[in-house]
Amino acid sequence: MKSRRFRMVDYGLIAMMILPILACIVLKVLFTPAGEGVQIAGALVYVEIPAPVMNLYISESQVNSWAVMISILGLCLYLTHGLTAKAVTRRQLIAEWLVEKSEKLVKDNMGGFFAEWGPFIAAIMGLSAFSSLICLVGLFSPTGDVNVTFGWAILVFFLIMFYKFRGGFWNYFKGLFKPIPVFAPMNLIGEIATPVSMAFRHYGNILSGAVISALIGSALTGLSKSLLGALPGILGDIPLLRVGLPAVLSIYFDVFSGVMQAFIFAMLTMLNVAGAVPWDAWNARRKKRNKPEIQNTAA
Amino acid sequence: MLELAMGIMLGLLGLGAGCAMIAGIGPGIGEGNAVAKACEAIGRQPECKSDVTSTMIMGCAIAETTGLYGLIVAILLIFVAPGTFTGILKDAIK
Repeated sequence: MKSRRFRMVDYGLIAMMILPILACIVLKVLFTPAGEGVQIAGALVYVEIPAPVMNLYISESQVNSWAVMISILGLCLYLTHGLTAKAVTRRQLIAEWLVEKSEKLVKDNMGGFFAEWGPFIAAIMGLSAFSSLICLVGLFSPTGDVNVTFGWAILVFFLIMFYKFRGGFWNYFKGLFKPIPVFAPMNLIGEIATPVSMAFRHYGNILSGAVISALIGSALTGLSKSLLGALPGILGDIPLLRVGLPAVLSIYFDVFSGVMQAFIFAMLTMLNVAGAVPWDAWNARRKKRNKPEIQNTAA
Repeated sequence: MLELAMGIMLGLLGLGAGCAMIAGIGPGIGEGNAVAKACEAIGRQPECKSDVTSTMIMGCAIAETTGLYGLIVAILLIFVAPGTFTGILKDAIK
């Protein structure tokens, strides 16, 4: 039997999941300027903070991603609330399944050396998936803003660079001039292209879904206005043709595409980071300093 | 004068956006090829269906990138470029 205190904490955690999203909806309703019909617009800017080089914008995408972070934190705390040594509750089974899956995914794709990366990859995947799915409640997806995805991609770029420099700076510098020195500019562009393509892939997929949804919505509004506009009274004003079809299309454009891109982003992070490590050069450097050799056990 | 220039500019921007979306042909052909090969592979070895499917979806999403670059250029041309060019035009005509 659950105690009263346990249940109160549960209710608090459920409120922690839902309230940020509701607050975002209220904020959006308060700040959205009056307009007609469906509009394709970027993120609303809530606050503009004056700063020396360039004004700092606190926009919808940032506020929404904070709300998503708080919600995911609430979800994780809820799933791990009241853990026991032997899984008896449903939520503990779900939590264990999530942890096992993410660890197995990381181990399969990155090898044994990166076995502790499960939480990081799961965090990227969860944040990305929930950020894309937030548009189902009518909010702006943070991933539909290029600044957000670029921030994540730059984080991944730093990780890749960190592991590339493990073989020594000189080794990395020499690698740029392979196979022949003429290739140096192309290799350099290739280094920069990784985060750019990761950011644009995620952003473009989510944005294209949002744009197509808006276009279909406005097209159906116009169609129903011309077809059913002659109906008497208030019936003529309601865009009846917009019922149903956009929801079906949003299963692909919002749900499938959003979850897909989260998976792809996490997968590319894993492959890029794991592929960046120069094992031979790193072990040669470690041997010079009398440190034990590192082996990446394959899956 | 300004109206004429604005009209020509907006028309050309729309045309440019349309041309940019020609980039959609490449990923279409590529992904079609990938799915066809995946179907063949599943037909030959039905037991590795899940592996083939996940690899194919991964590859399709990566092949989509070039098309998405075209899409981003088109969206920039439609939504961002008019605002930038209108100011330049006004300065030039004044």
